[in-house]
Amino acid sequence: MGRKLLLEHINVPGINTLDVYRSKGGYAAVEKALKTLSPDTIVEEVKKSGLRGRGGAGFPTGMKWSFLAKPEGVARYLVCNADESEPGTFKDRYLMTYIPHLLIEGMIVSSFALGANTSYIYVRGEMMPQIRILEKAIAEAKNAGFLGKNILGTGYDLELYVQPGGGAYICGEETALLESLEGKRGNPRIKPPFPAIAGLYGCPTVVNNVESIAAVVPIINDGGEEYAKIGVGRSTGTKLISAGGNVKKPGVYEIDLGLPVEEFLYSDEYCGGIANGKRLKAVVAGGSSVPILPANLFLKTINNEPRLMSYESLADGGFVSGTMMGSGGFIAFDEDQCIVRNTWNFTRFYHHESCGQCSPCREGTGWMEKVLHRLEHGHGKMSDMDLLVDVSKKIEGNTICPLGDAAAWPVASAIRHFRDEFEWHVTNGAEAITRNYGIAHYADPLPKLETA
Amino acid sequence: MLKVEDTSVPVEFSPALLKQFDDIVSRYPKGKQKSALLPILHLVQAEFGWVSAPAMDKVAAHLGLEPIEVYEVATFYSMYFMRPQGKYVLEVCRTGPCGLVGAEKIMDHIEQKLGVKEGEITPDGLFSWRGVECLAACGYGPVLQIGPEYTFYENLTNESVDTLIDGLKAKTNN
Repeated sequence: MGRKLLLEHINVPGINTLDVYRSKGGYAAVEKALKTLSPDTIVEEVKKSGLRGRGGAGFPTGMKWSFLAKPEGVARYLVCNADESEPGTFKDRYLMTYIPHLLIEGMIVSSFALGANTSYIYVRGEMMPQIRILEKAIAEAKNAGFLGKNILGTGYDLELYVQPGGGAYICGEETALLESLEGKRGNPRIKPPFPAIAGLYGCPTVVNNVESIAAVVPIINDGGEEYAKIGVGRSTGTKLISAGGNVKKPGVYEIDLGLPVEEFLYSDEYCGGIANGKRLKAVVAGGSSVPILPANLFLKTINNEPRLMSYESLADGGFVSGTMMGSGGFIAFDEDQCIVRNTWNFTRFYHHESCGQCSPCREGTGWMEKVLHRLEHGHGKMSDMDLLVDVSKKIEGNTICPLGDAAAWPVASAIRHFRDEFEWHVTNGAEAITRNYGIAHYADPLPKLETA
Repeated sequence: MLKVEDTSVPVEFSPALLKQFDDIVSRYPKGKQKSALLPILHLVQAEFGWVSAPAMDKVAAHLGLEPIEVYEVATFYSMYFMRPQGKYVLEVCRTGPCGLVGAEKIMDHIEQKLGVKEGEITPDGLFSWRGVECLAACGYGPVLQIGPEYTFYENLTNESVDTLIDGLKAKTNN
């Protein structure tokens, strides 16, 4: 049984209220941080913890904080990215719904560490119920003296506000989020300058994911070194994984980083295996943007070693035979799913969500959607696979923000690993409309590598 | 709900609504009231059911913005309706994970049950529906949401969709 740092009390009745949250040790990190620690010490603790951004990029949080510019007389901002929109990911919704005070406590400690006196939680607009929950929790915290002027008599002031988005995946990209928070279209900014230098309203700003900010609470309570003891290598601490698709028990699970993927997928403590007694065909391990892997390459690395739920192990083999941790959006595909159809579905999503600023992404995502549509509907050509790879390569790396990469990777990886399924859609166009290709060889044991 | 079909009809914001606008504006530093635009557009849509051009003009005037600054934002974000909708708008997630567990069948069923195509309004004015992209509820699919509260309905089946629609009809007719 893995330890729970974030979700330990999630099932306690009333944990969404301040009183019950406090009775379980809540707001101890605020007391400790504001009364006994200096802002720089907190940044050091977060650095020591090895915490990496939980929104998808995996950049070390403490290092991001240490880049924050601190010019005299200029306001600094902390903005929480709660624009959770990556297909497959629903952990932040879960956390905000059931234990909102954990995020608020993390926001107070983090804002104090960064010297911010006004902070915002940017929540995707569709999460109106979560916005109401957070607003209520903020009012409770303010009433109890954890927010507002002179918090706990320490002289530190902080106002915390919730900002709704308007329905746009791109606003999960931090500079698009800042544009949106300024009341503009969510067009990502050219970097540099990075938000740490010029972010919200041109002021130094840190943008962190919900889960990253929540993780600051146990890091301050137990110390960064304790947190770093959990996990493996540079993948420290615990991680929330959103499990969906065809698993038996979909839901949000907190795991120690380094858990074997096989245990996560098949043990009853987590996903409980594939639903309806079916077999696993493929997995998208970290949200729709990361490369899709066939079952055999997902469970084992190319070197036939068991794969682990860690940043490094999931990426083992690079994009040739590996994938990424991403945001922890874990999507399992059973033997009856069609990879071509799913790739078309994802590409439609990226086409819909492209902000339109960069031509390669605006046009390329639409082209890929059209080609995948005709493949899925039995009108594809044998040259379409190379065409898709060509378009994806021309998007990748040629856009202001990573949405272009995120749209290119699922297509390139699907063709890399499932090319015969795509070809079957061309050679058996009429049949492909009525039935799926099935599991084929995608779960077969990997061949032994020849060693020199 | 007030319906503003004719965009030449002037829109009036109630004092209570204007008070809510001002509360939102107070969250931002002085001179940064444009930040209030997205939240205010949500309030306008909750009040009128959609965001009309006259309503956007009034929002622009209230915030000291050019009307185009409001139009370009309202049309960028997928949640704001640029034309009238049914009283209840059923928005079904159709992306990846929900697709794996039957979102398309649910949309087919809703189309059949309501007798209108995606984006159309039922003759009684009660319902419209559309497919939307990922709602971040991938473990509970298929899912749909209904504004302006954005209440969630999870693990949908044809039967649960029928119960939901019939319930909303009964609620409105009583």
